[in-house]
Amino acid sequence: MRTTRIAITRLASLAAATLLTGCLLFARPPKDLDYSRTRQSESGLYRATIRPQGDSIPTGTLHRWTLHLETAQGAPVTTATIAIDGGMPQHRHGLPTKPRVTRALGGGDHLVEGMKFNMGGWWVVKLHVDAAAGRDSVVFNLAL
Amino acid sequence: MTRPAVWISAALLLCVALVSAAWAGCRPGAAPGWSADERALLRSLSLASLGPLPADPSNRHADDPRAAALGHRLFFDTRFSGDGTVSCATCHLPARDFQDDRALAQGMGTTNRRTMPIAGTARSPWMFWDGRSDSQWSQALGPLESPVEHGGNRARYAHLVAEAYRAEYEAVFGALASLDGVPRDAGPVEHEAWRRAWERLPERRREDVSRIYANIGKAIAAYERTIAHAPSRFDRWVEAELAGRPHTAGSAMTRDEVAGLRLFIGKGSCINCHNGPLFTDDHFHNTGVPAASPALPADSGRATGVRQAVAAEFACTSRYSDAGADDCAELRFAVTEGEELVRAYKTPSLRNVAERAPYMHAGQLATLEAVVDHYARAPRPPAGHSELVPTQLSADERRQLVAFLRTLSGPLAAPPGHLATPPRR
Repeated sequence: MRTTRIAITRLASLAAATLLTGCLLFARPPKDLDYSRTRQSESGLYRATIRPQGDSIPTGTLHRWTLHLETAQGAPVTTATIAIDGGMPQHRHGLPTKPRVTRALGGGDHLVEGMKFNMGGWWVVKLHVDAAAGRDSVVFNLAL
Repeated sequence: MTRPAVWISAALLLCVALVSAAWAGCRPGAAPGWSADERALLRSLSLASLGPLPADPSNRHADDPRAAALGHRLFFDTRFSGDGTVSCATCHLPARDFQDDRALAQGMGTTNRRTMPIAGTARSPWMFWDGRSDSQWSQALGPLESPVEHGGNRARYAHLVAEAYRAEYEAVFGALASLDGVPRDAGPVEHEAWRRAWERLPERRREDVSRIYANIGKAIAAYERTIAHAPSRFDRWVEAELAGRPHTAGSAMTRDEVAGLRLFIGKGSCINCHNGPLFTDDHFHNTGVPAASPALPADSGRATGVRQAVAAEFACTSRYSDAGADDCAELRFAVTEGEELVRAYKTPSLRNVAERAPYMHAGQLATLEAVVDHYARAPRPPAGHSELVPTQLSADERRQLVAFLRTLSGPLAAPPGHLATPPRR
């Protein structure tokens, strides 16, 4: 009797584990993600706003963004070195392209070229800013 | 009821509850029919969602029907080879979806890779399994001088154009440069005598010959650009399903095929890479595909391919391209280094996939069943890091996925005559 009970318990545990493993494969992104197009940098030095060309972010095509960068006090950052990386945290891969800021547009706006997202899902884009106020990073979450 | 029977019943009920809970948890709101998100995904996969064919700024003749007619003839002409036996159509057979059913392509020798189909490639920013070319015309020129494919050289091909295609060529590309003093056989190829003959040519003559060679590629690309997919049973099913119309014999999918579709866009995660109306993200992924035969050299996939693409003689940014400075964005913003590129290969379109075994970049997997099994197991890659994670798929689910993939078979669409050998003149 006891043996039967242990076997049944193990069977039920195995079934649960199997089902949960399958479920993880199409897990949703974390619920508390901030998808704002305006974000504070991680150490609070900057505030950045992304404006994708055409407003909605397409999948599968190269497109441009305008990045507006200002200090925490609201002063536009017109001169900055900005590196971009990112990827899909749940898929173990980075961005499919190597986007760059190609020129400053004035008034704290910067042109970002080479943006591309090759699949739907949760993407992260990280901007590494080096400007007069110091070095800091801004993280954007995108749901495509 | 005996006590063991009570325990067994309770355990069975628990299992049923777990199945229901897990299923509901994984697919919130899932009910018979399709959610709004699922409907959007179905629409995104339909051929009806394919936009207009994008321009190719690197080939100003891409949409010239005269260039396509010339390219059609060149594509089937076996004189464009070292021994007069190999044409583009030798490996890209029109009746076989422009591929050859072989694990490794056979031209004058044996290549290291599987022949890729042509339909729809005008929409892709990268050609070949490793994306070492960034246009159809640049792609067409690689095999022509490969010793194991066409095995010829560009001087031979330029002479052939001058002798057999002068009028058609000049109608599209303008006056053909003089080939006086250009030897019959010369080119920057492995063949030593041909390479030496090429190196002896003055720079300007070399450029004249290379320009004719580039135009051969542009004519072939203009032809290939006309070859597209026609709707499959899946496309007809999507159209009827989303419109709420009853399915007909031409649009019906079986219960297993629909279950396979649900797996494709859901639990199987296939749609991550096989997305859009052509079922490809046109990108490169390491999916742990096993190494091909030990007799073949080590293959690093995109890691090598992207370097070749950037340095390619006939790239979008080259002197032979018609593109403007801002037109070559895919090349300008390509990822050129990193572990992710190692043994990453291009996501192939899944249209007509059931008609073209064997699979993967060197035909390593013989059947669709073996492919689905590979993705479910997610084995370790021979090099680099695989993006796959193991997927729990039952035998029924695997069968259903394969059943769905078979609904993607359909005819090709092309102008009259383009799917056959051109008539002899």
